[in-house]
Amino acid sequence: MKQEVKSVAGKEIEVVQNIFDENDRIALETKETLENLGVYVVNIMGAPGAGKTSSIISMIRNLRGEKVYVIEGDIESDIDTVKLKELGIDTIQINTKGACHLDAPIIQNSLQELTIDKPGILFIENIGNLVCPAEFQIGEHIKMLICSAAEGSDKPYKYPLAFEKADVILLTKCDLKEFVDFDDEFFLKGIRGLNKSVPVFEVNAKNGQGFQQVATWLKNRIS
Amino acid sequence: MHEYPITEQIVKISSEKAKENNARRITRITLVVGEYSGFIGESIQMYFDIISKGTLCEGAVLEIENIKAKWRCPNCNINYSRRPLSFACPECGQDGEPTSIGKEFYVKNIEVET
Ligand SMILES: Nc1nc2c(ncn2[C@@H]2O[C@H](COP(=O)(O)OP(=O)(O)O)[C@@H](O)[C@H]2O)c(=O)[nH]1
Ligand SMILES: [Mg+2]
Ligand SMILES: [Zn+2]
Repeated sequence: MKQEVKSVAGKEIEVVQNIFDENDRIALETKETLENLGVYVVNIMGAPGAGKTSSIISMIRNLRGEKVYVIEGDIESDIDTVKLKELGIDTIQINTKGACHLDAPIIQNSLQELTIDKPGILFIENIGNLVCPAEFQIGEHIKMLICSAAEGSDKPYKYPLAFEKADVILLTKCDLKEFVDFDDEFFLKGIRGLNKSVPVFEVNAKNGQGFQQVATWLKNRIS
Repeated sequence: MHEYPITEQIVKISSEKAKENNARRITRITLVVGEYSGFIGESIQMYFDIISKGTLCEGAVLEIENIKAKWRCPNCNINYSRRPLSFACPECGQDGEPTSIGKEFYVKNIEVET
C-alpha cells in the first residue's frame, strides 16, 4: 500500500552533538574544583544492597591518616548518612526522590553544603543500580564498582557497561561465596572480556578482610 | 524519570541549532541511540511531547536510529554481536573486546522550516 507522503519544504541541518556534553562539562568543572582543593573523588557504584556503604566504612577504617568526606546518594532515606556521621565522618545526604542515578549538576549543587577544609578523599555513594550510574560522570577521578558474591557470577555479562567503565572492582561478601555457588572463573572471564586491566579485590566487610589492600591501592593512586 | 533531564538536553541542543539557522520550527529530530547508551527511545518520546511544548521543537517527529553493540576480535579483525553470557568471537572462540559501537547517544540532525 502506498503511503501518503506529506511534502514538507524541510531543510536538513547536521547537528552531531553528544547529549551528555552538558553533564560532562559540569563534571569536569567539579573535578577541577576538587582537585584544586586536593580532593580525590571516588564514584561508588553497585546494585542496591551490594555492600557500598559497608565497603566505604571498611575502606575508611583502613585509610587512617587520610581525611575522608562522603556524599550519600539515596532514593529517599538517610540511614547510611546517620551511620557514617556516628562514626565521625563528614557526610552529606542527597535524596534523589526516585531518580536512578546521580548526575553532575546534582553533585555540583550538593557540594555547596560540604565544608572542605583539608585535602583528602571524597567517596560518593551512587544510587543502587547497575545500569545508569555508569553512564553519568559526576566529577570523579575513578569509578569503583562494588559487586557482591551474592548477586551471582553472571553480572559482568548482564551489566557490561558498569564493568567496562570501572577503574577498580571490589568483589564483596566473599564470605557468602560458598553458599551461593559463586563461579570465580566465569566471573573473572566476564570482567576480562570487558576490561583487560581493571584490578579486582576480593573483600569481606564483615571482618574487614581485603580492605587493607584496597586502601593501599587507593593511597598509591593519590600520591 | 531517568529520561527527563536528557530529553531537556535534546530539546535544548535542537532548539539552539534551529535558532542559529533562523528556522521557524523543527519538523524532525534524528537521534542516534546505542544499545548500551542506557536510554529508551519510547521514554524519550513520552517526555519529548511534554518538554517540547512552547519551544521550536513542538510538534517535531522524533526519529530514533538504534545501534546494536559490537565487540571486536583482535585476532580475526572482525566486529560481531555478542551472544548471551559470552563475549566470545564467533570465528575463533576467544573473548574479544568492547568497542564504542553501541554507546552512541547524540542528536544527528534536525529538519527545519525556515
Ligand atoms: N555477609 C556479608 N554481608 C555484608 C557484607 N557487606 C555488607 N553486608 C550486608 O549487606 C547488607 C547491605 O549492605 P550495605 O553496605 O548497606 O549495602 P548498600 O546498599 O550497597 O550500601 C547489610 O545488611 C550488610 O550488613 C559482607 O562482606 N558480607
Ligand atoms: Mg548504602
Ligand atoms: Zn576471533
